[in-house]
Order: sequence, then structure tokens, then C-alpha cells
Amino acid sequence: MPIEVCHLTHCYSEGSAFRTVALDDVSFRIDDGEFVGVIGHTGSGKSTLVQHLNGLLRPSSGQVLINGEDLNGEHVNRRALRQRIGLVFQYPEYQLFEETVAKDIAFGPKNQGLSADEIAERVRYAMDCVHLDYDKYAERSPFELSGGQMRRVAIAGVLAMRPSVLILDEPTAGLDPRGRDKILSMLEELHARENTTILMVSHSMDDMARLATRLIVMSEGKIVVEGTPREIFAREDMMTSIGLDVPDAARLCARLRTMGYNLPADLFRPEELKEQLLRLWKEGSAC
Amino acid sequence: MKSDSRVQLNDVSYSYEEQAAPALSGVSALIQPGEFVAVLGHNGSGKSTMAKLLNALFVPTEGNVVVCGYNTREEKLVWEIRQRAGMIFQNPDNQIVATVVKEDVAFGLENLGVPTEEMIPRIESALSAVRMSAYADKAPHMLSGGQKQRVAIAGILAMEPSVIIADEATAMLDPSGRKEVLETIRTLNRQKGITVVWITHFMEEAALADRVLVVTDGQIKLSGTPAEVFDRVEEMREMHLDVPHMTALAGELREAGMPLRPGILTVEELAEEVERLCPLKSAT
Repeated sequence: MPIEVCHLTHCYSEGSAFRTVALDDVSFRIDDGEFVGVIGHTGSGKSTLVQHLNGLLRPSSGQVLINGEDLNGEHVNRRALRQRIGLVFQYPEYQLFEETVAKDIAFGPKNQGLSADEIAERVRYAMDCVHLDYDKYAERSPFELSGGQMRRVAIAGVLAMRPSVLILDEPTAGLDPRGRDKILSMLEELHARENTTILMVSHSMDDMARLATRLIVMSEGKIVVEGTPREIFAREDMMTSIGLDVPDAARLCARLRTMGYNLPADLFRPEELKEQLLRLWKEGSAC
Repeated sequence: MKSDSRVQLNDVSYSYEEQAAPALSGVSALIQPGEFVAVLGHNGSGKSTMAKLLNALFVPTEGNVVVCGYNTREEKLVWEIRQRAGMIFQNPDNQIVATVVKEDVAFGLENLGVPTEEMIPRIESALSAVRMSAYADKAPHMLSGGQKQRVAIAGILAMEPSVIIADEATAMLDPSGRKEVLETIRTLNRQKGITVVWITHFMEEAALADRVLVVTDGQIKLSGTPAEVFDRVEEMREMHLDVPHMTALAGELREAGMPLRPGILTVEELAEEVERLCPLKSAT
């Protein structure tokens, strides 16, 4: 179920003195099974973009095509399309409300009118996806859990709808390192095992370096550049000029290259750099 | 007159409920005037409990907390303490009370009954210290997260505190917001000598502190300079904490035999060590 965004423009407060162009002629395509990272400053338009992808906002102009169908077209079954695109908002744990974890996760499937058996099966499946033990947590109140666990319950609620595409806005914001790791490894597994298409908005270059197969870099409502993490992170100057960082490993690589060391230009993972630095050291001590 | 701006925890324990396991147990620490101390710990480690004990939101179950010479147990002194030890919280939206920035900064002063003539210059200087003077007449909801946190800091500064306690004040901000808030606090610490207790789980922020306290299971497990603390990569990981990427990489290189110096925190430091150990053969 590919997603295609064509010349999408979105203005807030159209017709008033506060009119702001949040998205300005944005076009891109996401194919099945991709793990796309969207990065950019606060105010770059990332969250606005995400809300367009499941029809929460309507474009000022341009189109969002899901599987070739215009999400905002006149005769389109918006509800059916939206159900296949799971959207996880920022701080989704604020949206939990049920008495138990299982009931909260069941909310979506129940509204879809599924049978009790099917709902139970979906809840188990979703809890398994987010690595929450069913026997241990299903009957607990979500409000007794840690922040990271609550967030995973919220994500499970979206996964229980069995979306073909999962969109997450800042899924690790505000979590401690342990909570963050759990979310990331869960997404990694979901992508590998279920081949779910994932689009993730994040400020964390390290999260992106670890997971994304492709990056879309946004600034002031426009796409500045698209490419693999390897291509993007090798362009430290461009990233700095729009107020973004590159991972530390990429910075070290760039710095050593400027100093005159013979290193590939596009290293961004610590493990790659480790190998290269050991090579330099061994070559150095050999002569 | 009490001019002592030390923060002292003497064998402090705190339990939320009588029967429950204590959130903090037997913690002692002395934070010197003008020090910038980072407190690192994962969620549930007890670090936020510690913050709330420092400005008398909580009173210890056992032991004593003494802030600027005042014991938090003495109820009459609570306002004295909070005036001297201001606190910034995680969520910028929960800390703004007024509809205009300068009125928000005035809030604390009004409560103290500071006369208007005195209030105005204090508000102006507080907003200028956090570089928000241009926004004095703006509505807070039009500001970014980082700007809101700076307004919250200005509100505390206007009270002329000796100590600022920040409980994950950057957790909900984007990287540039985090940088601007941290730089603001660091400057206030250096220029005005305000003691800072900076509670965080971002190790990059802790790396900039004078001293790092690592809290796990309600106890201070490690204490030292950032270089000393982060070099203990394994111990930190066991406590589910990160270390700076370059410190971790340096650790792995050392394990593979490269004789790097201890205490590497930054890209620049590691680059220098590579230069020392792998000298470039001059091409000419």
C-alpha cells in the first residue's frame, strides 16, 4: 500500500493575519516495507505532514494518494483507508483511558465491530508486538505502569487495528534510555517480522541511524533533501546549516578526514568507525 | 542573615507510603555554592523524589535536607526555602500561569508582595538574562517549548534565588530547545554563581556538569566528574544509563588494545587521541 504525496501545501489560519504556510509543495513516495525517517526542526512541518497522511488535515492544495486513491477524493472510502494507516501521536500515553490494558487496546477493534474472539486475538497479537507479557499486564490498569510501558500500550492500541502502514510522531520523546531502547527494538522487529511500512518522525539522529532505510529532511515546510542515512549523514555542513546535527560517529569521521586521515566519507555507525580506527592504529604502529 | 547557598542531604530517606519500599534510602550529598551538579538516573530511580525534597515539596521520612542553611522540616521556613531554591519542571505547558510573558514572570514576585517599582526592573533583568526581553508582551502559547522553559526560568530568576533545581527541564524539548535552555542555565551558573542541580537522563547534558551523581534504586551509586563517571561504561549500562557515544567508542577501542587516555567525552577529544596514537605520515 504505497503512499504518494503530490505537491502538498498546507496553510494554518488561512485568511487571517496569523496565516502560516506549514507545508509548501511537498512531494515524495513511500513504498511497501520501507522504514522512512522524517527529520527536521520544531516548526519544520513534520507533524503537519504526518496528520495529512491519515486524513486528519485536509490539504490547502495537492494530494495524498494511498494505494493510488486520493485520500481526500469525493467518492473515496476515507474510513477504510484510514483504518489501514495507524497513527501514533506524540505522547500517545495521554490518550489512554480504560480500566485495564486489555480493554484499552481492544477499543479500536471493538469499534470496528469485530467478534469477541477476534478482538481477544488482536489484543494478544498487539501486546506481543510491543513486548508486554499478556498474563502479566492484560488486567492491570494502564495508569500503574511506567511511562515507557504506557507508551507501548498506546502503540499496541494502534497495532491492534492491524495497519499496513505505521506512522509515529516522536515515539521516544521524553523516555529514559531503557524506555527508548524498548520502543526502538520493538519497531525494528515489527519492521523485520511483519514487513510493516513505518514512517517515523524523530529529533534523534541516533534513532534514525539505527533504524531508517531512508531519510526525508525537512526545513521550513519544504523537503530539503532525501536519501539513505549514509548519504545524508555524510553532509554535515548541509545539516548544520538547517540547525540539525549528524550522529557523533559521522562528525568524528568528517573531522578526521579534514585532518588528513584516509577514511571513507560516509561512516555514521560507531561499529564501522571502530574498525577503521583500529586499522589506522595498526597501520601506524606497523611502520 | 543566611548567606550560605549550600545544599545538603544528610542520610535522607523518603517513602511515598508507610509500607512501600523507600524511593530514596540513606542518601547523603553536599552540593557547594556555585556548583553545577547533574543527577542522572533512569525513570523510577529516585531522582525526581530527590528534586522534590530539595525545595521542600517533600519532607524526608528520615534524615535532613538543608538548603541555604534552612532545614526543610521547619514548616515556617518553606517559603524562605522556595524563594532561594527555585524549581523548573519537565512540561513547559504546566508552568505558565499568565496570558502575557511578563505577567508570568511577575507571578512569584506578586505572591511575595514585592512593590511594583521594584518588580519592573527585576522582571526586565530576568527576561534579559534568558534572552526573552523581546517577548515580554507576547502570549506564552505562541512560544516554542524552549522559549517557554526560558520564561519559567525567568520567573524563578526574578525571585533572585541562590539555587535552581531542574527536574528533566529539557525532556520535552527538541535538540535546539534543549541547547538553548541548557546554555541559559550554564551562563547563569557561571555569571551569577547560582548553584544548579540538573536532573536529567540525557548524558550529553550531564557531560557538561562540574559533577555527576548517578542515582539508582534510591541511592547514589556513583559520584565524580563526568569523565570519571562515564568511563565506567559497564556499570552505567547495568544501571540502564547511556554514556556519551564517544566514551563508549573509546571504551571499545581500548578493549581492542588501543591505548587511549581515560576520560574521553567528545568528538574533539577522541580526534586528538587518534592524532596522538596514529600520527599522519607527512606527505611532503
